[in-house]
Amino acid sequence: MPDSKQMTLTAAISRFVPDGASVAMGLAQEILIPFAAGHEIIRQNKKGLTLIGPISDILFDQIIGSGCVQKICAAWIGNVITGSAYNFRQAVENGEIRMEDHSNLTLATGLRAGAMGIPYMPTRSALGSDLFESNASLKRIICPFTGDTLTAVAAITPDVTVVHVQRADIFGNAHFWGNLGITREACLASKQIIITAEEIVSPEVISSDPNRVFTPGFRVSAVVHAPWGAHPSPAPGYYNRDHQAFVDYQQTSKTAVDYACWRSRWVDAVHGSDDYVKLMGKDRTNTLALTKGVYSEPVNYGY
Amino acid sequence: MGIEKTTPSGQVLYTPAELMVTAAAREIHDGDVIFVGMRLPLLGFQLAKSTHAPNAVGVYELGIVRDTAAPEPILTMGDLPNLYRSQWLADTADVMGLLQQGLVDMSFIGGAQVDRFGNLNTSYIGPSGRPSTRLPGSGGACDLACLAKRHIIIMTHEKRRFVPKVDYITSPGYGDGPNWRKRIGLPRGGPARVITTLGVLRFDSQSREMVLASTHPGVSIADVLDSTGWPLLVASDIQETPVPTADELSTLRQFDPDGFWTG
Repeated sequence: MPDSKQMTLTAAISRFVPDGASVAMGLAQEILIPFAAGHEIIRQNKKGLTLIGPISDILFDQIIGSGCVQKICAAWIGNVITGSAYNFRQAVENGEIRMEDHSNLTLATGLRAGAMGIPYMPTRSALGSDLFESNASLKRIICPFTGDTLTAVAAITPDVTVVHVQRADIFGNAHFWGNLGITREACLASKQIIITAEEIVSPEVISSDPNRVFTPGFRVSAVVHAPWGAHPSPAPGYYNRDHQAFVDYQQTSKTAVDYACWRSRWVDAVHGSDDYVKLMGKDRTNTLALTKGVYSEPVNYGY
Repeated sequence: MGIEKTTPSGQVLYTPAELMVTAAAREIHDGDVIFVGMRLPLLGFQLAKSTHAPNAVGVYELGIVRDTAAPEPILTMGDLPNLYRSQWLADTADVMGLLQQGLVDMSFIGGAQVDRFGNLNTSYIGPSGRPSTRLPGSGGACDLACLAKRHIIIMTHEKRRFVPKVDYITSPGYGDGPNWRKRIGLPRGGPARVITTLGVLRFDSQSREMVLASTHPGVSIADVLDSTGWPLLVASDIQETPVPTADELSTLRQFDPDGFWTG
């Protein structure tokens, strides 16, 4: 029997996200963004982080606003339904953070190279763009077989990848359903993996459907029980997207003072998921929680 | 939102965004594989699927392929109705692989700045090392502009956005003109239309320069020229952009009942 990897969110972030770490998060784009884990990074006042992700909606802006970040390696940073994000804009415009500009495909390609254990992988994207100007990990190469010009993307190997999922066991085996984004590449390419989960279930539940496992459990460092841990992003099978929270964040993060108020209420005053659920309020959780189940047909894994 | 459908004289009323979405939807042919972007394109695909293009297939960068319209209104492509009974839930790299292979007929992208050859900037105003304004970035837009068979740009038509030369090319158009895409190694594609708040523009097949093809009702050619930062070419057969039909509007409003995108 392996040792349990379950721990508190505080312990997981403290142990596996040191200052200066490169952290991949928000890998399925709009769904299952690990907001609870991101807020714990803010509470622990981490410094000098590199954030890696395709489009992490407002999570990256929230972490940038607390001065935790020195570099961003991403394709798009903002608020998906309202546009620009203020902390991110200001930090780049003031020269406080460095950018490594990717497209979604170049980021996926770099992580896939990392996952495959090779130094780079080619793509046909980005040629003719200025991404080369603001991302030194992209280089033009000539294909040795066809003579075509291609973009080589250097392998990306995050120090730690944080993924929020529907259910996990205490040993790091977990199920994720919905669109995957670059979740699998990021986990496989990463040195450490932190899983936060809506539910902790028995190992038999996970092993009953290994096709739904997105990364092998032996590679996972920590498992955290974090119900509502993706709110306000949606969690398939658990809750819908809280659009109003994204609109509200846009309104309450326009200045340093506004952001400090937001942070004090939604981050500093929260110690664990019970606090968070209480803060959300019954009306909100009742509205967002899925009430009717729509289940897939079981598959037969017999032998 | 209480948008009146018609005036007492029977004239159909619509918002500028509804006209733009309808123009975008009409570019989708039945059976096309469409790479669907955020905001207005999200609605354009839903509208086309529900009207003239029931066999269109939608590909979404976060790893979704749909051959039906989402059953309920969505604000992002990751809203759960867009996952429900989709054709495929997958990895970004896999749906981008469809694009890279040349299997995507058309894509839609938005922009903050565009130039006469359809190069788009959604990254930096001013030098990238010390910008005056940092914009959100590429997302999948660069990939769509590089690798779809054609792409359509949707944006607000203002002089500060329609500039002679963009500060940064996030999503390549025709570069500096004819043969540029081939020369720098792009396998195919290029912008086919620019749908703006004032009109619809296409690209000359020889020079690859933007040409005003239609103006929206109530907009003059002079209005468009005044809102464009270079001497814009005007098609000899310039027309008025067709307005949405009552049927298109009522369908569209089912997908955006609160007018979040089109109000």
